[in-house]
Amino acid sequence: MSGVNVFGLYAAAAVGLGLYGMITSPQPLRKIIAFNLLGSGVFLLFGVVGRRGAAAGIGNDPVPQALVITGVVVAFSATALAVALLLRLSEKASSTTLSSGPAGRAGSDPPGH
Amino acid sequence: MSLARDMITLVAVSAGAFFFLAGTIGLLRFPDTLTRLHALTKADNLGLGLVVLGLLPQAASVRDALKLISVWLLALLAGATVSQLIARAAREARTTR
Amino acid sequence: MNIASTFELMLAAVVLGLGIWTIAVHETYSAAVGFVAYGLLVALIWVRLDAVDVALTEAAISGGLGGVLLLGAAARLRHAELMVAEVPDRLTRVSAAVLSVMTAAALVGAVLWLPDSAPTLAPEVVANAWATSLTNPVTNVLMAFRAMDTMLEKVVLLLAIIGVWSLAPDTAWGGRPGPRHRADPNGVLVFLARLLPPAGIAIAVYILWTGANHPGGAFQGGAILAAMWLLAVMAGLTDTPAVGRRWLRLILVAGPALFLVVGLGGLWFGTAFLAYPTAQAKPLIVVIEVAMIQTIAATLGLLLTGAPERSAKP
Repeated sequence: MSGVNVFGLYAAAAVGLGLYGMITSPQPLRKIIAFNLLGSGVFLLFGVVGRRGAAAGIGNDPVPQALVITGVVVAFSATALAVALLLRLSEKASSTTLSSGPAGRAGSDPPGH
Repeated sequence: MSLARDMITLVAVSAGAFFFLAGTIGLLRFPDTLTRLHALTKADNLGLGLVVLGLLPQAASVRDALKLISVWLLALLAGATVSQLIARAAREARTTR
Repeated sequence: MNIASTFELMLAAVVLGLGIWTIAVHETYSAAVGFVAYGLLVALIWVRLDAVDVALTEAAISGGLGGVLLLGAAARLRHAELMVAEVPDRLTRVSAAVLSVMTAAALVGAVLWLPDSAPTLAPEVVANAWATSLTNPVTNVLMAFRAMDTMLEKVVLLLAIIGVWSLAPDTAWGGRPGPRHRADPNGVLVFLARLLPPAGIAIAVYILWTGANHPGGAFQGGAILAAMWLLAVMAGLTDTPAVGRRWLRLILVAGPALFLVVGLGGLWFGTAFLAYPTAQAKPLIVVIEVAMIQTIAATLGLLLTGAPERSAKP
């Protein structure tokens, strides 16, 4: 089994793992970490496809590489926004559960706060 | 000539790998934070240093060799600082317990 | 099975084990630490895939800055009063597992059934490199052939920062993000924060400059600059700027604005939006990248420090 296929199989496993983590992790921060895992698996799939497109003296097709670089930055900014939302939620509701119900109801801002 | 260079690389990188192994075993087996930090610095200083030393004969030019050495120095700096900070935090955690 | 494929197999196995541990471990803080190690090992996978630019970006932004973000959040949430985190019931877990396995299996099938003569755009990229006289094909694609994507990505970064800033409470609106850090002025952290940033800034500028012909570029350099700034902030040597300041907003907008101006110039004086005249392609790209690296560094740093918490008035 060639090296590229090994990484392709691992990327598929990472996507599955991240998906499972996102659905079943109890804390929202763990869901965010699983989302990043999922994203890294998707990017590795791009990299595998690019590696198979090695030609004209370069080892990896540059177009998927450029897409992945853009994707990494965008994934980071999405994670940063999600973490900021989570921290604000924990401040307001003093809990970090995403479920609705008595535990998760966040009060509205009193004026001036 | 290139045989001598390859031999140096093999020996030095293997020795560096041995120190990395020793550091990892220390990390897993030592009882508390301070002793584990002690084990990790061996991996940082000696392990990485020997690996860099082994890669120097393979470097394409003097500039590449200097880049390798600066990688080692930066890793040393970061590792030493972070070890100090972790050790201080561990000591404070222990005294407040 | 030669040495290289054995190494790749072991690397993939280690990364898979680390990923499973990150998902399965009980403590959130440990999961964040596992994620940092995971990011660095995935960078090794990228090097094996011959994509060094992506490896640099993955290590710097996803592993480094993403790790700092998650570790900080895990530390702050540790002390928050957590209601009993509900573990989903067995049915949810089983159906999630089935869904994940099916998704992974579909992707495995896709990987194994990829066409043997792989379609690739590498020859076109190399053949058209005369248009910019840069030799790093990834930089060519990012800054010239798909410059539209890069410009729009800048706008996405701006949207993210607007989203984060909008989470400020009313009293801290337009104020300073994050707490005021204080460290022992004779201590080790302050020593590092005085020693490392000059070297870090030089390395970041070098990575930006060498991205024209070797692996590197504005994103990697911007991440390093952001990290140096954050180091100074964490050591208490400088404070985060108030987000209402005009100069800060100018820096954040400079990257996409300059890109847009050059693009419109290509429309008026040239053939199409973002078309560079061949003679001035390299200077134009360098100018855009200089504005870009500042915007990227400022945006990444501010995304990390989060929503404003302290009022702007001292």
